[in-house]
Amino acid sequence: MSIANAAGRPRAAARIVGGVGFTLLLTFIGLTAVTFVIGRVMPADPVLAVVGDRAPQDVYDLVYRQMGLDRPLYEQYWRYLEQLSRGDLGTSIMTARPVLDDLIRFFPATLELATIATVLGVFLGIPMGVLAAVRQGQWPDHVVRVLGLIGYSMPIFWLGMVALLVFYANLDWVGGPGRIDVFHDGIVEPVTGLILVDAALAGEWEIFDNAVSHLILPSLVLATFALAYIARMTRSFMLDQLNQEYVLTARVKGVSEPAVIWRHAFRNVLVQLITIIGLTYASLLEGSVLTETVFSWPGIGQYITTSLFNGDMPAVLGGTIVVGVCFVGINMFSDLLYRLVDPRARA
Amino acid sequence: MDDGPLLTIEDLRVRYRTPKGVVDAVRGVSFTLGRERLGIVGESGSGKTQTGRAILGLIPRNGEVRARRMAFRDVDLLNASERTMRRIRGDHISMVMQDPKYSLNPVITVGKQIEEAFLVHTRAGRREARERTLEMLAAVRIRNPERVYRAWPHEMSGGMGQRIMIAMMMIPNPEVIIADEPTSALDVTVRMQVLAILDDMVGERGMGLMMISHDLNLVASFCDRVIIMYGGQIMETLDARDLGRSSHGYTRGLMRCLPGIDRDAETLPVLQRDPAWLAEQGPGRD
Repeated sequence: MSIANAAGRPRAAARIVGGVGFTLLLTFIGLTAVTFVIGRVMPADPVLAVVGDRAPQDVYDLVYRQMGLDRPLYEQYWRYLEQLSRGDLGTSIMTARPVLDDLIRFFPATLELATIATVLGVFLGIPMGVLAAVRQGQWPDHVVRVLGLIGYSMPIFWLGMVALLVFYANLDWVGGPGRIDVFHDGIVEPVTGLILVDAALAGEWEIFDNAVSHLILPSLVLATFALAYIARMTRSFMLDQLNQEYVLTARVKGVSEPAVIWRHAFRNVLVQLITIIGLTYASLLEGSVLTETVFSWPGIGQYITTSLFNGDMPAVLGGTIVVGVCFVGINMFSDLLYRLVDPRARA
Repeated sequence: MDDGPLLTIEDLRVRYRTPKGVVDAVRGVSFTLGRERLGIVGESGSGKTQTGRAILGLIPRNGEVRARRMAFRDVDLLNASERTMRRIRGDHISMVMQDPKYSLNPVITVGKQIEEAFLVHTRAGRREARERTLEMLAAVRIRNPERVYRAWPHEMSGGMGQRIMIAMMMIPNPEVIIADEPTSALDVTVRMQVLAILDDMVGERGMGLMMISHDLNLVASFCDRVIIMYGGQIMETLDARDLGRSSHGYTRGLMRCLPGIDRDAETLPVLQRDPAWLAEQGPGRD
């Protein structure tokens, strides 16, 4: 018998945080190394992108040296890390602005969309999955499974276009493409970059409503995917847990069925769901290029794609770093949360 | 206090519809349980566990339970509503399961799990529940109840886990306890301690115990009466001390297969099964 005594717990917590920090550092080094190498390996010549292909040779050589491309690779990597640590992601060739400034403009749009889609997916998907598991083989289960299959396999750009056609063009119930109507644009001072928050802070409720009406379709379209995935995973985790012995124990004690499901089985499902939700959120943040394109949503997915087509490598790499950091951050957070919920993972 | 049987089971049948066809798990079992220790012995698949679960109304959805009569005192368990069954489960009939590693919820502390068994059947407050839980932990001879109260199930050994299980199932003070292979997952050394605890509690509180096991020796020494099951039917019912003098072919076969310390056997005999044992004996048989 070994009981972690009370005095041992803060130390264990410190060890966990230390371990996570170390993993984070390693991941970050790996991430920067990969983006750096991609930037060097890509056939796009960064000097040509700056000087244009008509520039004389001496101009080309000058810029080549200015960009430090004549230095050995490890030195270039070190310089790259130095720049990153100062928050300098380079200058976009396309917009001639610091990549960081661009990202600060584009990223909140994606953050807003992905967060709402994930929240919808969690709050609708989990009850649906639980219901399907509890009524396994009965009609609620069939409905949830068919909906899940449709949501999961539906091409998202098609769904987006049909939704726009029906609810915007024909019925005019919601706002169309873009984050906001043109005549509302630029009125609210961007504080967080999240239009809903900024409008609320400024007390501009008309703009808030307008932004909501623009958000509904893209976030619902994006949420179908999150919802289908979360519902499907919840269902299978729940089925697995309901067959465990401890569920029988709870029933033997005379615990009511809702309590058996939510207090006993669901807590164990939650342990597994945390990872799934984290991954879903991260993948939505990564930029849902198709959704953003269909809805002309100025998000990070569109930014990276456009930059890529224009050979704007600093912008692409900067965007990749931000997405990577989000991914690592969310994973770390779900890892910590996981340890909080599951006592076995704390040891 | 009445002296009638706690449990009356007549012609109990449990069958499952599976994709491969209908499986008859229990085929016409009848017995009564008073304030005694009743052993139910049989091989795997003989229907002993299914009998226990049918009494609690905890047969999976694809299973079907039928009986001429199945009652706890005067309460008809066969036609009881889910509400009634919930009140009976834990409070009047409880069950100790096989392996505490799987039968305790891994994400709820030991104390909360025991408390819950008490709280679902009373209007008691948190403080009283906590006190009762600590008392129960002490009663199952756990040396440091306060510490175990706060511990997680995975921090407990098998023997500790099973004592926690017993504490949890005894806390509402049920009249009948079904122990389904309560010591099979334990080390031999711990087994006797756990049995002694179970024995004391059943004796002190005057409960009816249904001890499901495949261990003939254990049942013979622990129980008053023994039911021998095979193929979902009762082969015979006899006093535990008469086990060695049984005349039934199946029981004798089982006894012969036991290794003995005083017997110098190179190979143990293999049980010779008589197809006649499986023949439906029909209701009305004693």
